[in-house]
Amino acid sequence: MSGPTRDPKGATISFSFDGKTYKARAGDTLAAALLANGVGLVGRSFKYHRPRGIMTAGIEEPNALVTVGEGGRAEPNTRATDVFVYDGLIARSQNRWPSLSFDMGAVFSLAAPMLGAGFYYKTFFGSAKRWMFYEYFIRKAAGLGNAPTKADPDRFSQRAAFCDVLVVGAGPAGLQAALEQAEAGKRVILVEQDNILGASLIRDPQELDAAWAEAASARIRAAGGRILTRTTASGYWEHDLVTLTQRLSEPGEVPTNGVTQRLWHVRASQVILATGSIERPIAFAHNDRPGVMLSQATRTYVRRFGVLPGKRVVIATNNDDAYKTAHALQDAGAEIVAILDARPQFSDAAASAESAGLPVWTNAVPSSVSGARHCLSGVTAIVDGQSKNWKADLIAVSGGFTPVVHLHMQAGGTLDWNEAAQAFVPAVSRQNVTTIGGAANPDPVFPVTPVSNPKKSFIDFQNDVSLADVDLAWAEGYRSVEHLKRYTTLGMATDQGKLSNMAALGRLAEKQGVSIPEAGLTTFRPPYTPVSMGLIAGAGAKNAGAHVRRLALYDVHAAKNPIWQPLGYWFRPRAYPQGQETLAQAALREAKEVRTGVGMTDVSTLAKFEVSGPDAAAFLELICATTVSKLAVGRGRYTFMLREDGIAFDDGTVWRLDENRYLLTSSTGGADRMATHISYVRQYLCPQMKVSAVNVQEHYAGIAIAGPKAKAAMDALIKADSPRHMSTVPAEIAGVPVIVLAASYSGERAFEVYVEASHAASVWAACEAEVTAQGGCLYGLEAMEFLRIEKGHLVVGGEVDGRMTPMDLALDKMLNKAGGYIGATGLSRPALAEPGRRQLVGLEAIEGDIPEGAMLITRKGGSPHGHVSAAAFRILEGGSVALGQLKDGFSRHGEELIASSPTRGQEARVRVVHPHFYDTVGERYRD
Amino acid sequence: MMQITCPHCGPRAQSEFIYERTVDSVVPLDAAPEQAMTALFSRANPRGVDEEIWRHTYGCRAWLIMTRHRVTNEISATRAVGPEALP
Repeated sequence: MSGPTRDPKGATISFSFDGKTYKARAGDTLAAALLANGVGLVGRSFKYHRPRGIMTAGIEEPNALVTVGEGGRAEPNTRATDVFVYDGLIARSQNRWPSLSFDMGAVFSLAAPMLGAGFYYKTFFGSAKRWMFYEYFIRKAAGLGNAPTKADPDRFSQRAAFCDVLVVGAGPAGLQAALEQAEAGKRVILVEQDNILGASLIRDPQELDAAWAEAASARIRAAGGRILTRTTASGYWEHDLVTLTQRLSEPGEVPTNGVTQRLWHVRASQVILATGSIERPIAFAHNDRPGVMLSQATRTYVRRFGVLPGKRVVIATNNDDAYKTAHALQDAGAEIVAILDARPQFSDAAASAESAGLPVWTNAVPSSVSGARHCLSGVTAIVDGQSKNWKADLIAVSGGFTPVVHLHMQAGGTLDWNEAAQAFVPAVSRQNVTTIGGAANPDPVFPVTPVSNPKKSFIDFQNDVSLADVDLAWAEGYRSVEHLKRYTTLGMATDQGKLSNMAALGRLAEKQGVSIPEAGLTTFRPPYTPVSMGLIAGAGAKNAGAHVRRLALYDVHAAKNPIWQPLGYWFRPRAYPQGQETLAQAALREAKEVRTGVGMTDVSTLAKFEVSGPDAAAFLELICATTVSKLAVGRGRYTFMLREDGIAFDDGTVWRLDENRYLLTSSTGGADRMATHISYVRQYLCPQMKVSAVNVQEHYAGIAIAGPKAKAAMDALIKADSPRHMSTVPAEIAGVPVIVLAASYSGERAFEVYVEASHAASVWAACEAEVTAQGGCLYGLEAMEFLRIEKGHLVVGGEVDGRMTPMDLALDKMLNKAGGYIGATGLSRPALAEPGRRQLVGLEAIEGDIPEGAMLITRKGGSPHGHVSAAAFRILEGGSVALGQLKDGFSRHGEELIASSPTRGQEARVRVVHPHFYDTVGERYRD
Repeated sequence: MMQITCPHCGPRAQSEFIYERTVDSVVPLDAAPEQAMTALFSRANPRGVDEEIWRHTYGCRAWLIMTRHRVTNEISATRAVGPEALP
């Protein structure tokens, strides 16, 4: 035996637990350090606030959950067995008030008879008021650690890797496999969740020992293999992708290079699982209290950390492995007061222990333990049917071994029942994965039937589920293991039932009178151990997730210090306030200027597609629900697009620039959707067409100039007569070639200028100089909204909301009579022509200002007949107006309604009118 | 995350692709009304192998058809669509 890795003479480091400072040795886990300092009580249980200590030495720890670190670095629910002490570590216990040893919540333990399985659901019965009352206390009392309220100052990184063989687990089997594969020339990645290699070799050195593990790892590295320690294979996904979570610093520790954890996406050609097994507890009364520890964990503390968790020890087992613990404890100077072996006969290990003078009892199963808050004082067992007592400060238990089959199951595998080991082992694999070592061949054990009072015999320690809870769920009719799990919450804590599931299955099978494999299993889902949300977000956690596209004219706008508004992926100027103007004041001034003089704005973000080729018109007649082929060269028209089911999903304009060349514009917000739609029609539905449909959204910057003086400005800019409404000409502004379209969204005479984005600044400067010379100004999105609402023009995402047909939007007169466009068949569904559909209306306030998003009701408390999609004010005359969708709205003009917004606490009386409030006949945009 | 073999680019991570729709949801341009309604509203949704349309958005941007088992995620074939796949 190589002795403990914990150097008793080594340098000490200090840490604190609940405000008290302790000493530890480098290499200690927090659990080992607490045990070395005689701290037995570490936490309080989730529901009953029972005192809890340290039960395991690994990631399966259900009891010793603490919060480590402070501020944004705090990690709640950290297993004390899974954090290595560093100098200055700060740990706090959880779920206790005012202190760990005097916890007011412990009164819940007295109320335990009322808090059994499903008690939470039972509080739903009776009046809702009563439930609200219960809920307050349940939420206050139940729980684990608190999530930190500050942002984590550290970074989380992500990395992708590929390998021929991924080996999970660096115990003897995993190391051997990785060594063979690496030396056979394979690219190998070996991962180990511990901070040193060897696993069981550290606890039980035999023919292979820690020195062998050291040498093997050196050879793996020399052969080009990569070894990652402190790294957990947490998820097994499709096509042999395994996610690894690597800790670069301990919980709460300041990382050396700013990165605290790394998430690996490893695509492996082959995966070898050498994940070992987890020891099972035995159910007996008060088996959750400090002083009850798993046998292998006890041995780990003695041999790896040089810590003796107890001086007078009882060992309870159903297998030979626990005898190694007895010998380890004895070697370290502890007194073994009894070995309770559940098996009826002496095994070889039992016989040799007895001949070495250890008190072995066969046919002996523990029934109860007693003790104070911090420690154990006695053990009671049933030996050959008789009750016997021992004084002891530790009971080391081994109820057998549960192979870690989680990754195998996440990969879609199946399990076989190994009767000798009373355990499920991997059977068929769906992916390229094999399981080796202890996870495939667990040690044989003897099945133990609990002999204790089920009420205090815990099986799920973290969620406080006892045998009695399983019995209650059974009595209340829960038969399926999946129902049992959800009703009792068994296996649903952060340890995901690593210690509890087999015990529960055993009890359920016993109730059902079937074997354990017949009782069934719950699903294994990733992650294997808890994963920080920050790790999943990666770099995106710090604002790197959403990309922002910059307008070609961004700097020009920024120099004017506008109010910005997010729109699609972009930020566009919402208004350009002057002096002390508010947003509303600036927007109204800008809109008035457009109505009376001239204004200009950046419309670069509109979706734009250049469609060309002999089949361009035919292609556009599929995309657009209006006619395109009749358009003369140099002319354009308003258009809209339908989904296959006939619902309008976007609108825009289409322009014939040349014989076989068209420009299609559509909404900013729908740009990506439109690009996908066009690509789908072109690539999937019409691959034979002779057409090219190119997304030129960011190739062109766009500038709109609108107002009664817009024509004068444009004439001066292009030094020619401007095109008439819905016409287009190629031109030059400031020596730069541009496309000028005469189209109006504002309702005034207006133009859109499209220029290659790289030359946008000089064209903008020329336009701005001309508009300023005409006495005009810049306008932003807010003014544009005022203008278009007053004009009754639609916006995608507002009036065109994914529910309205062309008929509902009064656009049906423009539909291509010949049909053939996408959505024509869907539009012919009879239901779309039935009465009762919501239709586009205008709303005029009689009293009050119309709140945007308000529901339209006929009387207070009535059900909504529609809603307000956009609200604004008449620009010149004043008065609140809005666009809305109203049930059978076309036939309700003149009716009075209430526009009510309970969430804003605003209300207005409105009259239903035609949606065009301004220039109904459309004279203003013509010459 | 699956590994998908793009007919143009080879095996790539699923994160480079986007799922679009099933092949049986395609409404052919010359579909009779009943056929269109079936494609839109009564699709097969099998618990097993299905043909799906995907797009290699963060790669070559081409559309492709994938034959995938919806329970096991086994991908038995991918094939190109678009003008280059025309006979």
